[in-house]
This record gives sequence, C-alpha cells and structure tokens, in this order.
Amino acid sequence: MQFNKSTSPYLHNTRDIPTVMRLVLLALLPGTIAYYYFFGWAILINITIACITAVICEALMLALRNRPLLFLKDYSAILTACLLALALPTLAPWWLIVLACFFAIVAGKHLYGGLGYNPFNPAMIGYVVVMVSFPQYMTQWLLPDIDLSLIQTLQLQFQGITPVSMTLDSITSATPIDSIKTGLSLDLPLSQITSSSLFGAVGGAGWEWIASGFLLGGVWLLYKDIITWHIPAGLLATLALMAAIFYIVSPEHYSNPAFQLFSGGTMLTAFFIATDPVSASTTPRGKIIYASGIGLITYIIRTWGGYPDGIAFAVLLMNMTVPTIDYYTRPRVFGVKR
Amino acid sequence: MTDSQYKLWSFHGGLHLPGHKKMSTGQPIGKYFIPERLILPLQQNIGEPSEPIVSEGEYVLKGQLIARANGYISAPLHAPTSGTVSEITEQLIPHPSGLAATCIIIKSDGLDKWVQLSPHASYENMDPSALRNRIRDAGIVGLGGAGFPSFIKLNPGSRTSIDELVINAAECEPYITCDDMLMREHADEIIQGTLIMQHALHARQCLIGVEDDKPEALKVMSDAVKRLGHGQIKILAIPTLYPTGGEKQIIKVLTGKEAPSQGLPLDTGTVCHNVGTAAAVYQAVIHGRPLVSRIITLTGQGIKTPGNHEVLIGTPVNEFIEHNGGYHNRIGKLIMGGPMMGISLASDLVPVIKTTNCLLGQTQQEATDNNTVMPCIRCGACMDACPVNLLPQQLYWYAFARDMDKIQDYNLFDCIECGCCCYVCPSNIPLVQYYRFAKTEIWAQEREKKKSDRARNRHEFRLERLEKQKKERGERLRKKKAALNKSKSTDKKDNDKQQAIAAALTRVREKQKQHSVISKNTDNLTADQKKKIEDADKRRQQNNNEKVPSEEDSDS
Repeated sequence: MQFNKSTSPYLHNTRDIPTVMRLVLLALLPGTIAYYYFFGWAILINITIACITAVICEALMLALRNRPLLFLKDYSAILTACLLALALPTLAPWWLIVLACFFAIVAGKHLYGGLGYNPFNPAMIGYVVVMVSFPQYMTQWLLPDIDLSLIQTLQLQFQGITPVSMTLDSITSATPIDSIKTGLSLDLPLSQITSSSLFGAVGGAGWEWIASGFLLGGVWLLYKDIITWHIPAGLLATLALMAAIFYIVSPEHYSNPAFQLFSGGTMLTAFFIATDPVSASTTPRGKIIYASGIGLITYIIRTWGGYPDGIAFAVLLMNMTVPTIDYYTRPRVFGVKR
Repeated sequence: MTDSQYKLWSFHGGLHLPGHKKMSTGQPIGKYFIPERLILPLQQNIGEPSEPIVSEGEYVLKGQLIARANGYISAPLHAPTSGTVSEITEQLIPHPSGLAATCIIIKSDGLDKWVQLSPHASYENMDPSALRNRIRDAGIVGLGGAGFPSFIKLNPGSRTSIDELVINAAECEPYITCDDMLMREHADEIIQGTLIMQHALHARQCLIGVEDDKPEALKVMSDAVKRLGHGQIKILAIPTLYPTGGEKQIIKVLTGKEAPSQGLPLDTGTVCHNVGTAAAVYQAVIHGRPLVSRIITLTGQGIKTPGNHEVLIGTPVNEFIEHNGGYHNRIGKLIMGGPMMGISLASDLVPVIKTTNCLLGQTQQEATDNNTVMPCIRCGACMDACPVNLLPQQLYWYAFARDMDKIQDYNLFDCIECGCCCYVCPSNIPLVQYYRFAKTEIWAQEREKKKSDRARNRHEFRLERLEKQKKERGERLRKKKAALNKSKSTDKKDNDKQQAIAAALTRVREKQKQHSVISKNTDNLTADQKKKIEDADKRRQQNNNEKVPSEEDSDS
C-alpha cells in the first residue's frame, strides 16, 4: 500500500493565528464594554470606522502584493483597528480614524512585508502619525458626565455639528494626565488639580474602570497562555516604581503610582499593545528589558515631555531596540556552561 | 516501591501531549509469526552497515550470523528464523530518503530452528570486556529508536567507573506502548539486564525512569527490583512530559546533570540505555540469544486492532499489519516510530528493523489537518516549548535567510528535532524541516569547504614546490658560476698551468721567429722582390701577434 509522505512531527495543536487573534479580541471586551458604559456610542462608532478602513486597506494591500486574500481571515487587521479605536480620542472626527488606520495598515504593516515582518507596532504608527499631524483633534476626549445620543455622536464625528446648547469645548476636555501637566505648569498643587470631576478614585473618572476592564482581559490572556507575564509585569512595575520614587520625594508635584497605572493607555498598552509579538522582544529576559524601557520612557514623556501621553512614542522607541535586546538576552542553551 | 524521596530535576519547556496509550495496552503482547520472506537490511544501526558472510542459496538456522560487523561502530546481523538465503539484493528500506539499500532476503522454512546457543548462567564473574563482546556479537543496538551499537555505550572509556547508569523507560511519545508492555511482562529480564550493564560499566548507581502515566509497569518493575535488584537499582516515577525520553532530557531529570552541548552523557559520567535494550542484553548474555526479534506497537486510528506484538526483525510491514488485523479503511498515513519523531513511510513494502518501536496509522483527516502555513509572528510559543532552550523563532529566521553562520551561533546543532516547536506553532511552520535543511546545508558546506581546502592546499603545495625547484636550480647555477669565477682568479694550480701554457707559446713563437730568419734565402733578390717579402713577413708577424692573444681569450 502507498501512503502520502511528510516529515515529523505529525501532530499539531489547534491554536492557529486566527484563534490567537480572536482570543485577544475577546479579551478586549471587558474594557470596551466599560468604555461604552461610561462614554456612550462614540467608541462603537470608532471601532466600526476603524475596522472597515483596516479591512479595506488590508484587502487592497494584499491584492497589490499578490498575496492570497485568506490572510484577511487572520483577524490581525481587525485587532490593529480595535486597538487604534480604543487609543484615539473618544470624539475623534471620522477621517482622523480612517487616516490613522490607513497609516497603520499600509505604512506600518504592509510596506514592511505584512504580517510578521513589521518592526514597529502598526497601531502605534497610525496613532503617532495623527498625533503629530493633527494635535488639535487629539484632545477631543468626551467628558464622562456628558450623555450623547447615537445620532448626536454621529453628527459630531461625521459632520462636526455639536448638539444644540453645547460647544465642543463644553463636552470635551484634555485627558486627566494632560490636565495634571497643565495644572502643574500653572503652579497649582496636585491635590487641587485632581479634585475636578475629571478625576475618579485612582485614575480618571470612568477611565479607571476601562483600565480595570483591560487589566481583567489581560489577566485572562495570561491564563490562556496567549501572552507571558514578562511584558505586562515589566511595564507596570517600572512605571509604578518611577512614579513611586518621585511621588515619595514630592507628592504635590508628582502623581501617585496608582494614577499612572490606571490612567491613559497604561493597561491597554501593558497587556495588548506592548505584547504584540511581532514588534516586541522575544526572549524572556529581553521582554522584561523591552517592557521596562516602555515604562520608563512613558513616565519621562508623561512627566516632563511635550505630549500628554508618551506611551505610543515609548512603544515605537523600544521597538527599535528589539533586535539588539534579543541578541544580548539569548537564554542559556541546554548543556552550555553557565 | 518507587523511591518518592529521590529528588527529581526538570528541563525547560516540553509538552503535555494527549497520550493515546490505552488503545494499545488492552491485550498482552502477541506472539510473533513466521513470514514467508524476511528482508534484512545490512544497515540497521548508526555507523557502518554490516558485511554479509552468507551466499545465495545457503541454508541458515535461527540466530545464525549472516552478516558481520564492519568496523568499530557497526553491528552484526543474525537470521531471525531458519530458512534459505534466497537473495542479497537492493530493497526498499524504512528510511526518510525512501531509497533502497542492500538487504539479505531469507526464505523461511517455517521450522524456526535455533542454531546451537551458548548460554551463560551467571555474568558476575565475567570480565566487562568479555560481556561487551558478547553483547556486540548478539547484534544489539539501542532499541529506543536511535540504533547505536550498545556495546560501545557499555564501555566506560578512560573512566574507571561511571556515576549513574540511566535506564530510559519514559516512553514519552504518544501512542507508543512497547516499553510499557515489555515492563509489564518481562520486568525480571529488564532488571537482570540492567545489572549486567551495571557490571560492564562499574556503574555506582542504576536509575530506571518511568513516566508516571504507566502505573501498572511501575508496580511490576518495583516488585521485580525488590526481588532481584540487590539494592542497586532505583525505580523512579517521573512526570509525563514530552520529550522526557530524550537521552539528555531523562539524564537531566534523574540526575540533574546536563550532558554538554554537542557532547556525550559520558562526559558527565552518565550512560543511558533503553529499557528494551536492557532486556535484549539479558537475552544475549544469559541465554546467548542474538537480537532476532523485538516488540512493536501497532496503533493509531487508522489501524483496526491496535496492540503490541513480538515480531521477527525483517518481517515485511504489510504482512505484519495484515496478520494483526489490517488497516482501517480511513488510513491516510503510516508512520514508523512515534507521531512526533517517527518517519512517514511511502510504502508498507519495507521490513521491520531493529529500531522499529511503533507502526502508527493516521487517518486521512489527521494527516491533512492544519496545513495552512502563515508567516512567523514571533509569538515565542516555540521558545516556551523547546526542551533545549533554543530560540526556534530566530533559528527559523536565519534558516529562512540561509544565514548559516548566524544559525550556528544560535546553537542549531543542539536541536534534537523533537518537534515541540512545530506542534505549538500557530502559523503551522514546519520548523523542524527548516532545521534539518540548515543542518544538511551546513554539512554540505563543510564537505565542500574541506574539498576546496584540500584542493587549495594541493595547489599551494604545488606552487611552493615549483618555487622551491626554481630556487634550487638558480642556486645550483649560481654556485657553478661562482666556482668558475673563483677558479679564474684565485686557483693557484690553474694559474700555474696557464703560465706554463703561455710560456710554451712564447717559446714556440721564438722558435718560429728563429726558424723564419734561418730559412730566409733572400740574398740575391731584386728590390721589388725584397719589398714583397718584407710585406709578407710583416703580415705574418701581424697575424701571429693577433693570433696568440685571441687564443688566450678563447681559453678564458
């Protein structure tokens, strides 16, 4: 009898790339639901715009590069789109999201060779492009106590029409991190700055719950062995340590570690963005160094830099160091002397 | 009794694979049958193939030597049953290449008549080297799958003794249960074989490692150790984790020692043998029986009646499977060995050989699952699974880029090809295949390099030789010239000779002059005649004057 020949091994587990991506998307749910709960329709609109743009861009690029369209089924473009939608300001105009997604998928991913070949995190490329190009729109964060209907949100995002009796300034504000920075530059004491309605118990009002949602999803990813502990632990620990040092020295001028962890994009980055395997370090020790670098740079930019949240820059900067980190952090091979 | 106090170690990575062991352990080991025709490849071991010593048409008895070992790393071959050598010819063998190789074909007579054996009641007073020879002559090779001649690994080498003899009974690959069943039914033989090996090696300690998914075997073995072990042997239940049955892995688990990268376990004072090999050693030393049969697991969803069977070496796989229930009609792939490291057979018209521990039939569906290959996303699942702590994702990257220097920098040659990385890869990349490719590529490059080195050396040597010859010739010429110059200027003897010659010439000239003067009968000549004579004399004189110095010139 004749048989088909192949090479060992002849067993394979069932976890393939689409499965991994789907699990990551699933893990984004708690945070997204919290986002919707506190800020309404905008996030769902943003995710929809981002996903449609990303899938179109992905399909076009695959066609242009003569790649099989089955890559569309890997969910990687959808994941990039969702991360971008969650990172961009709540009331970002539609074209800003489209632009960010376009750059993420086309420049950040496919111009480097597509899935698996991008040295930089595509979502962060898209984010930084619009942050640098359109800084004025990057502050359109919806205030937590404003209630907008679906129609009002759509009108605002697509036509720039604010609801009657409201101005854009009256419903949006800078992020809590940004307002601390502005306040401190005006020599206001920290306790006075954080007493505004923008702030919650530990982080920003509402935002701390969204962050908790991402934390929950991230822990689930750890449990499911999709990510390892190294990157989230390294990032959060470094950021908290930096914050703690300065907070102990001068609590009136530096925000506390809990605030740093539960505001801005910290949790989203620690569990979902910095852990993007393609652009992150791959060795166990390397992951810790890479993540600590992100934590450190984030704290520096947040505290002394010119941008409200330096996390995107921190990720991209550390992406650049990955080949070097990987080279010098190779684990000890079995049988090789310590 | 297993020793629960004993400390176990662990290695990085590994996989918890679904075992599928129960399906083949339901029945006791089946007895062998005698096929009409046995195919015996000369190469069934690592090293040199054996050399036939029988000719076509010769009648042989069961256990008779039919091919002798050729060199040190080689193993002899014996007739598995009585019959006639019908042919020595090229036959398809179970090898990844799918190529044919020289085999001895025996047409059995069905009598299964043994050759005269020389049993040995006890081994204790046998010299270790005599033991090794006996084991060598029995054709025993590592039965776990590698097929390395066992007697070599029973030589402590330059050491006077070794620390641990590890008997590998982990049987970590899914589906395979032949060692499990062997332990359940022949524990006494294994224990005695282990003691023989210990004797040959002067091993201080014997450790038998059995994965804890085999409670029946563990119990039987523990009882046997209590009865026969003389307190020399420890049975240890080790955690079920693939690939604990790898030689270096099981040594690490049982002793905490890491055999050096690209080195041997012996370098750390440890030797490891398979449990089946221990039983074969017992048969060879005590009963004098050479290795002519072994136990094989026939299993998988593509096989009708899974189970374990004793089988004569050389039995054709198709007959063996037919005899034991045959294929299920959903069969899609036939694997010799386990599902992680076995070789896939293109045809079942190949023989069972000494290292065949399992025949696994996979269904069509199992064989075609999951074969869309995606790009590597560097997720590191492979790295977490690698038992050698390599970075498979980086190795893949460099293999893909054909960067053969970098890939060796990342310890490619420590890869044991266990397949863990492949198993977990979410992109379905055939990683092990890339590493095999890189290894063969590097070997080829090295061969090529050696060849070109040799050619270059030869060329350089030739140039050197020519240069040397040229120099020598130049030297010789120079010496000759110098010698001549010297003779002209300083050699006294030569000088005397030349002076004598010159003197003689002067004398001759004088004489000629005198003679010419005497012979002048020119008294009564006219003025005109006188002038003519004078002219002639003058010319002669001139001629003579010119001639003598020119003669001297030519001489120098």
